Amino acid sequence: MLDFAVIFVGIVLAISLLLNVYRLFLGPNASDRLLALDTMYINSIALILVYGMHSSTTLYFEAALLIAMLGFVSSVAFAKYLLRGDIIE
Amino acid sequence: MNDMFEIVISVLLVIGGIFIFVGSLGLARLQDFYTRLHAPTKATTVGLGSVLLASMIYTYATEGYITVNVLLITLFLVITAPVVAHILAKVAMHHQVKMIPRTRNREMVKLARKQLPPTATTGVEEDGRLP
Repeated sequence: MLDFAVIFVGIVLAISLLLNVYRLFLGPNASDRLLALDTMYINSIALILVYGMHSSTTLYFEAALLIAMLGFVSSVAFAKYLLRGDIIE
Repeated sequence: MNDMFEIVISVLLVIGGIFIFVGSLGLARLQDFYTRLHAPTKATTVGLGSVLLASMIYTYATEGYITVNVLLITLFLVITAPVVAHILAKVAMHHQVKMIPRTRNREMVKLARKQLPPTATTGVEEDGRLP
């Protein structure tokens, strides 16, 4: 039952990532693309955790933590660039 | 791992997957940027929280201890998701991204772009609704 649930959630997350890629390519302006990227890294954290459960190891949790931190910092930096035209003033 | 753990983990995983899918579907399907901003920032946070809870229970069931990493990811995500949403809304207002016509209080965007407070109102509009 757990194997089935893990595979089902993996497929659902892959479809979600494809929807995000659709918005990333189609997005009419830069803020839409930035929102799509922000959602993509959250979804990829979930995918990494599910893959860690699939291969029954806890090694991937550190990678998920790194993605969470760097994703936030890059999103804020890019948004700041769009907002002010500069990152560090 | 006994059956109880397995059922709880599976239910949490499926709930998380469905929430994340709904968030991404909203991101792909909704009409303008401000409505699209709602879908991932709420639904995806709940979904990822559910998946993280499932993986925490999974670690406890297989290894016998509770990992702090997963708790850290949850905490970090709950703190940072509203911050990113707020900054993205500010970016969209700064770039004057188009809104759908049904958006309420459109005139406040001008003041918000200048970072001024909204003008004082009497508290109740003409038709009796709260502003």
